[in-house]
Amino acid sequence: MHGMINRAIQCFVTDTYGVQTWQRVTDSAGLEFANFEPMLNYRDQLTLDVLGQAARELKKPVETFFEDLGTYLVSHPNLEAIRRLLRFGGENFVEFLFSLNDLEGRAKLALPDLEVPSLKVENLKDGTFRMTCMGTMPGVGYAMVGVMRAMADDYGALVFLEHAGWKDSGEEIITINLLEATYSEGRQFELAGRAVG
Amino acid sequence: MNNTILQPEFLDTFMPMHVLYDSEGIILHIGPTLEKMRRCVPFVGSSLSDIFSIHDDGRGTGEGPVPHHAKLYIKFRTGIPTQLKGMAMPVRQSDLSVLNLSFGISIVDAVADYRFTAGDFAHTDLAIEMLYLVEAKSAVLHETKQLNLRLQSARFAAEEQASTDMLTGLRNRRAFDQAFEEFLRRRTTFALMHLDLDYFKSVNDSLGHAAGDAVLREVAKIMNEETREEDVIARIGGDEFVFLLKNLTSPDRLLNMARRLIARLEEPIPFHDAFCRISGSVGIATTEQYRHPTAEKMSHDADLALYSSKRGGRALATMFDPELHSGV
Repeated sequence: MHGMINRAIQCFVTDTYGVQTWQRVTDSAGLEFANFEPMLNYRDQLTLDVLGQAARELKKPVETFFEDLGTYLVSHPNLEAIRRLLRFGGENFVEFLFSLNDLEGRAKLALPDLEVPSLKVENLKDGTFRMTCMGTMPGVGYAMVGVMRAMADDYGALVFLEHAGWKDSGEEIITINLLEATYSEGRQFELAGRAVG
Repeated sequence: MNNTILQPEFLDTFMPMHVLYDSEGIILHIGPTLEKMRRCVPFVGSSLSDIFSIHDDGRGTGEGPVPHHAKLYIKFRTGIPTQLKGMAMPVRQSDLSVLNLSFGISIVDAVADYRFTAGDFAHTDLAIEMLYLVEAKSAVLHETKQLNLRLQSARFAAEEQASTDMLTGLRNRRAFDQAFEEFLRRRTTFALMHLDLDYFKSVNDSLGHAAGDAVLREVAKIMNEETREEDVIARIGGDEFVFLLKNLTSPDRLLNMARRLIARLEEPIPFHDAFCRISGSVGIATTEQYRHPTAEKMSHDADLALYSSKRGGRALATMFDPELHSGV
């Protein structure tokens, strides 16, 4: 798994639960080092071990861990860059949802070997949206639930999100019910990354 | 202005990937870059929907007339599946529409697949700048990765060659073995002292590794204070320490020193709001006890003396005694 992904897991655990918790996770996962480097690749099993141990250490199901991780990636001030890149997706939440169809391609432009899930967002007849998510790591759909929940807040949209299970092919299905597109103010976003004003 | 803008020259220059079509969806003209992508396809006169599959954000079936003003996602129905972005607008006072296409994220693959040159893009198009950025980024990324790998192996090498125990600042086994050989080679007279901490494991188990680490650092500090500059102290295991005490072979002086050290180790070590209580057991051998001292023999004998300290009830210091310990 790409170092960026491992690094994200590490930052989530340390920023949210402290360095000591992370040390216990790396110890119990049998890691021979304390820090992941973002620009190195690691064996997939290493990532899975860390995830399993982190969930155990925090006494939560892996699914909840993934969802919290997804929320963290978008909402923590340390990772403003990720929120900004996702906001490039569109001017409102619906446009953002559709832009997720291009997420894998866009991410690969930047980091060709980053394992980004393949996402497909469709608008169903009843007005709800359905996301099909195929990741290299099972459960990544839960992380997407966390990401979308935080992005809905960011856009000021009121949504109901539900992980609707797995297909036999391993794809995860998420249903997205947009209740109100402009429920709150949302957060400010400018295309220019330099601080404006 | 009667549709001068629809002259092929205008459209081809400004939008080299456009499609001009009528209300029936029949193609009247296409831009030169688009033409380059499918040389064998007879665009003009064909129906738009026969050549392209066109979806909007609703991601419907893509049937029916092409929606105007909407973000469109377009693919050729046959051949290389290049994903295109598009937008269509009606031409006023006519039944014509213009669909303009671009590559979006497929630009990098497209340039390779269709062997495009700068001339295939409008001068105002950002495609070339985009390609430039991607190339530059890839080059930098490659260098960063190489640098990371180099740093990582340098770090492993440095750790391999390190002579210091990271936690305590004492020497590690490697450095100790070197010093030991050096002492023997120079025929220095010295004592070898083995010291194991007692009850350290229970500190670790009851108060955690952080407490254990704090104890080890404090222990190292005491050891430095109770020995001289020229002595060598190393941590060679979790709670195992070894000393080389230069020109010090008198059993009385050695045992006094060892007992003083043990007494200090027994002083409770504060950690947060708890106290850690440990002790130590010591075994000593000196070069004076051998005609030809070797590292192997001295280590073995110092260990024998250490075991009798432990068997004797811990917190003891014992000199190796050939009569007492031989035959083991």
